[in-house]
Amino acid sequence: MRRRRTVGGHTHEFPTLVELMAKATPARSGDVLAGCAAESAAERVAAQTVLADLPLATFLDEQVVGYDEDDVTRLVLDTHERAAFSPIASLTVGEFRDRLLAWAAAGDEAAISGLARGLTPEMVAATAKLMRNADLVAVGRRTRVVTGLRSTLGLAGRLASRLQPNHPTDDPLGVTAAIVDGLLSGCGDAVIGVNPATDSPARTIALLELVDEIIDRYAIPTQSCVLAHVTTTLRALEAGAPVDLVFQSVAGTQEANRGFGVTLDLLAEARAGALELGRGTVGSNVTYFETGQGSALSADAHRGVGGRPVDQQTLEARAYAVARHFAPLLVNTVVGFIGPEYLYDGKQVIRAGLEDHFCGKLLGLPMGVDVCYTNHAEVDGDDTDSLMLLLGAAGATFLIAVPGADDVMLHYQSLSFSDVLTARSVLGLRPAPEFEAWLARMDLLDDAGRVRELSADAPAARALLAAASA
Amino acid sequence: MSSALDRPLPADPDPWAVLRGATRARVALGRAGDALPTARELEFRAAHAAARDAVHQPLDPGVVRAALDSALGAAQLPGAELVEVHSAAPDRATYLQRPDLGRQLAPGTALPRVGADLAVVIADGLSPRAVHEHAAGLTTALLQRLPGWAVAPLVLAHQARVALGDAVAAALGARAVVVLVGERPGLSSADSLGVYLTWDPRPGRVDSERNCVSNVRPPHGLGYAQAADTVAALLGAARSLGASGVVLKDEGPALPGS
Repeated sequence: MRRRRTVGGHTHEFPTLVELMAKATPARSGDVLAGCAAESAAERVAAQTVLADLPLATFLDEQVVGYDEDDVTRLVLDTHERAAFSPIASLTVGEFRDRLLAWAAAGDEAAISGLARGLTPEMVAATAKLMRNADLVAVGRRTRVVTGLRSTLGLAGRLASRLQPNHPTDDPLGVTAAIVDGLLSGCGDAVIGVNPATDSPARTIALLELVDEIIDRYAIPTQSCVLAHVTTTLRALEAGAPVDLVFQSVAGTQEANRGFGVTLDLLAEARAGALELGRGTVGSNVTYFETGQGSALSADAHRGVGGRPVDQQTLEARAYAVARHFAPLLVNTVVGFIGPEYLYDGKQVIRAGLEDHFCGKLLGLPMGVDVCYTNHAEVDGDDTDSLMLLLGAAGATFLIAVPGADDVMLHYQSLSFSDVLTARSVLGLRPAPEFEAWLARMDLLDDAGRVRELSADAPAARALLAAASA
Repeated sequence: MSSALDRPLPADPDPWAVLRGATRARVALGRAGDALPTARELEFRAAHAAARDAVHQPLDPGVVRAALDSALGAAQLPGAELVEVHSAAPDRATYLQRPDLGRQLAPGTALPRVGADLAVVIADGLSPRAVHEHAAGLTTALLQRLPGWAVAPLVLAHQARVALGDAVAAALGARAVVVLVGERPGLSSADSLGVYLTWDPRPGRVDSERNCVSNVRPPHGLGYAQAADTVAALLGAARSLGASGVVLKDEGPALPGS
């Protein structure tokens, strides 16, 4: 089939699927850096027009990254479920977009959510490329993915948060102070998740025990995670540490995952170890993954069929296939973390955050977002506010929040605890149900169900502040 | 932690001070409704503004030259020639989006092939402000510690990444290069200078072949003397070994400040 289209009197041709996908991608700096972006606005629309006419089934026969050389591609195709694909098997990418929007408008969550195992990352990535931001929101909010361990995540009308209490030296009191601050602000229902300053097993175990003790002492219906490398978490499991969640950063190619030092077998082994502990009360999802557009490119592991550079949005969606295989409790893209050479400004960050949420949800993931930026990107708090509210409207499973929007260990800006309160109150969203009940038990909610502004001598504040007293 | 958990809350006049005293993180900020109070919001904006301005402030060769003359004079070292080069990134916006261009010299750049033991490249990187404030002091401290080394004319590089030093040193014919580069500004540190040392520099060297000393930023970060001691020791070890990078770290002597 010849893939070409004339726009504005000029004929654009796209010889390979890799090039077609890349050139159909809305503009972003990472694709320019990789050398695969459309060279003009007209070429981009021509590619989108060709992509719209492409049958979805094409992606089952023609690969972006080769089957023989990449275990992510093999995982995707070997676990593809024809029965789940059958309702949309005859559609083109453009028709699929239309169908999704019709289902979303009709509120038919079952029709959308039932497709997950029949979809490949490339199918959803292609569809996202044809969607505007509002399309991504409209379909995202009607894609239901519910997971649980000690809190239930992804229910309609809920917005959870990861409380990220990082400290530059993993100081126990410093971490505890940030946890207490977040809990008093109604955050932490998705996970209390610490990025350790070093990857030592001893440090990881100490942090696991610290957070576990706080959760246990105050009977908080949530889970902990220390975001160490999976091999470190395996060591912690062997040592009998209280591991709720196995964490790992993953990417969309085998080579990029090798750069992260992970294989699918290693992830399976760690998940089995955590499952064996049986630490769940309302569910048994025991893995947590982070991803982000540009991670494959930054590892120089972004090439596909014919050695051609694959666009970063397609590679990102492929990372979700890796995550999906391990039945995660949580997955989030870290959008804006690795810098302006991948996502240059607020417009690109907002677009990428919505794409990632849409693609992850459609593939069946409990998708959250770290809405963030570095100081050399053209992004500020207004942009993160916009993306936060759009993601709340899109039904994101959770958002990441740090004290005062400033991560003093990783040196970047994310959302603050109060931002989460704002998103919930503006959009009428509530915390995870078990966590909301805990907030009420701790007398942290007022009669309207809103997280109180505490005075320090309130009983709940006194109880939690005791944890942070040296 | 159990000991901390078991202790009673101290009778502090401001119990929130417990949180604030435990971490540099922005805890216990208070609220205005569901948002931050005005004062806390403006504090955050001020920190972000300082970091943004540090990234976008143009590198001013006059400032660097004057600071160098003054610092070298104070150390009773001879004045140094300062050669300016530009990377292939023509402006800041391109520089930020195309790290590859920031690693190449602008087309047509001509440098004298002087041959030297060491090239010193002062690069704006992501914080020209760090270069304005700390490059002269650190360069002087370093030169004081390298009396036996033939040092090529100092190079001041605009829109430059660390690896631009490889191209500069190769053109100059230097056996090693030290790149002083403005580091990515954080909210609490907009003026931090990093130092990267590469033995036998040429285009294509990778990061694992370099040694780094970061956060040079007196009085809050590393001081010039301490940083220069470390870099000079690393240079000596690299010369003995004929290599830099991971291999040097693994086999070299224990280094102060590293």
